[in-house]
Amino acid sequence: MELKQQAVAGTTESSDIMVTIDPVGGDTVEINLESSVEKAFGARIREVIEQTLANLGVTGVCVTAIDKGALDCTVQARTIAAVYRAAGKDGEFDWKEIDAWNA
Amino acid sequence: MALNKVGREIPDTYAEQFGVFGSEFENVKPFNAAVHTVNPSKPGESKLLDSIHDAIVKTGIKDGMTISFHHHFREGDYVMNMVLDEIARMGIKDISIAPSSIANVHAPLIDHIKNGVVTHITSSGLRDKLGAAISSGIMDEPVIIRSHGGRARAIERGDIHIDVAFLGAPCCDEYGNANGFEGPSACGSLGYALMDADYADQVVLVTDNLVPYINTKISIPQSKVDYVVKVDAIGDPKGIAKGATRFTKNPKELIIAEYAAKVMMASPYFKEGFSFQTGTGGASLAVTRFLREGMIEQGVHASFALGGITNSMVELLDEGLVGAITDVQDFDTPSGASLARNATHLEIDASMYASPLSKGAMVNRLDMVILSALEIDTDFNVNVITGSDGVIRGASGGHCDAAAGSKMAIIVAPLIRGRIPTVVDKVTTVVTPGSSIDVLVTEVGIAVNPARTDLIEAFKDLKVPQFTIEELRDRAYAIVGKPEPIKFGDKPVALIEYRDGTLIDAVYNCA
Repeated sequence: MELKQQAVAGTTESSDIMVTIDPVGGDTVEINLESSVEKAFGARIREVIEQTLANLGVTGVCVTAIDKGALDCTVQARTIAAVYRAAGKDGEFDWKEIDAWNA
Repeated sequence: MALNKVGREIPDTYAEQFGVFGSEFENVKPFNAAVHTVNPSKPGESKLLDSIHDAIVKTGIKDGMTISFHHHFREGDYVMNMVLDEIARMGIKDISIAPSSIANVHAPLIDHIKNGVVTHITSSGLRDKLGAAISSGIMDEPVIIRSHGGRARAIERGDIHIDVAFLGAPCCDEYGNANGFEGPSACGSLGYALMDADYADQVVLVTDNLVPYINTKISIPQSKVDYVVKVDAIGDPKGIAKGATRFTKNPKELIIAEYAAKVMMASPYFKEGFSFQTGTGGASLAVTRFLREGMIEQGVHASFALGGITNSMVELLDEGLVGAITDVQDFDTPSGASLARNATHLEIDASMYASPLSKGAMVNRLDMVILSALEIDTDFNVNVITGSDGVIRGASGGHCDAAAGSKMAIIVAPLIRGRIPTVVDKVTTVVTPGSSIDVLVTEVGIAVNPARTDLIEAFKDLKVPQFTIEELRDRAYAIVGKPEPIKFGDKPVALIEYRDGTLIDAVYNCA
């Protein structure tokens, strides 16, 4: 998916994560995570974000995430929503594809 | 490293000094009580001093001494900061402090530690900024965490020797007769302070409410008091009652409370003349309310309620559902007021509350207790001191005391808090051994300690979902994932004493 603009999804309420996507070009994937559960789940959250970006075929991206203890499903959902918004495809989700990852 | 009976490694130097935890009652044996110095008063001598400064001069506080405080003012305490600030100003160093607990309001301690004024601490708990600072390793000597009963024992046995106790006294006369339940800074029971009044070499009462001699309602008598200091204010009433008495509307807490009350009422202990203790916090307070309904329906009365008292217990006393309240500490204004007006609302000291070495602690007479947990593991060991990031932020309180003394100790806790699981493989820090814990109640159902086959039988027909604790852990992990073990440094920042004085765990600095 091609990123066109900066986009945000999520909030900083507890049990949520705010994911900001910045298109930076090239094929880098940079994740800056600030999490209230960093010690226990920081690595897992980064893994979910990375995997979701890979599933969406996104590179050349800088992700800034502020996590307040979101579950994996929330991390994934906010990442997907932010990427679709950054690609200018807000609301045009490919549900079949997304469902396939979770199978 | 020495391995104790809950599988925790204790550094050798501390293992030799304190001993390591073995079993709950193996160190409950005869001992010689600690002695203390007494400076008698002669006729005509005044005890009244003008300032904290004068009290420090008069008591001769010098480098290396141990001073103590009580924590009955909770988040509203002015006394500890006031005294330590003055000690720092006077250039005194290397002070050991032995307050009954420490609150968020005591964050100024951080500077006193960094400046070498305070070098040793024993407390029930550490909160917030101070807990984080201690966990980062700002002290050379680890903090010794003691339960309320454990502190009483340590004072009785001389493990803590208090040179000077500075005790906030909400109502006090010039010769040192004091109580805690009258005056602008009323806090109710002075149960923890009574230990210090009994065993400290010198006792300084600090009051903002000097009443004409003789104050007739006496918790601390003149015969135990060296000096009285009048100051403008010793506590903030708003902080004294902070956060304790809200009645929860949280559905998760309500279902936990309902299940816990059902467990209590289905147990063999729920009968005429039973006894119980409930703590503060949403679920625990709500248990009292559900229990009340059951007591009325079934016509069952309690002989006494113990604690840590809140208004919900006072209501039971006023309604005649509870015969007496034995009160070591009050968490709100109505419960302190009840102590003043109710003849069956009794003030008890920390030794009578919970000391394993007293001739009879109230916890020994306890049928059921409701306790909380930050974490509980599949061995039923409970952590109430370190957070999910390994930082010290809680308090031991009377947790291990009431759990050991009672016939049935019930832990009420949500299965998960945000992304943090409460039921885990191994708790970060053991405060109360699993052998003292009988039932875990969560919002999805309960788990009974398999050692309690009698309770498993008693709850056979109980209409509450029942699981093994491993099943509850699996349910928690299925939702949030399995947390990575916390990485600690190699510097011990706190030693967790069991109530008998042996070490049940050690907390290391957060890397």
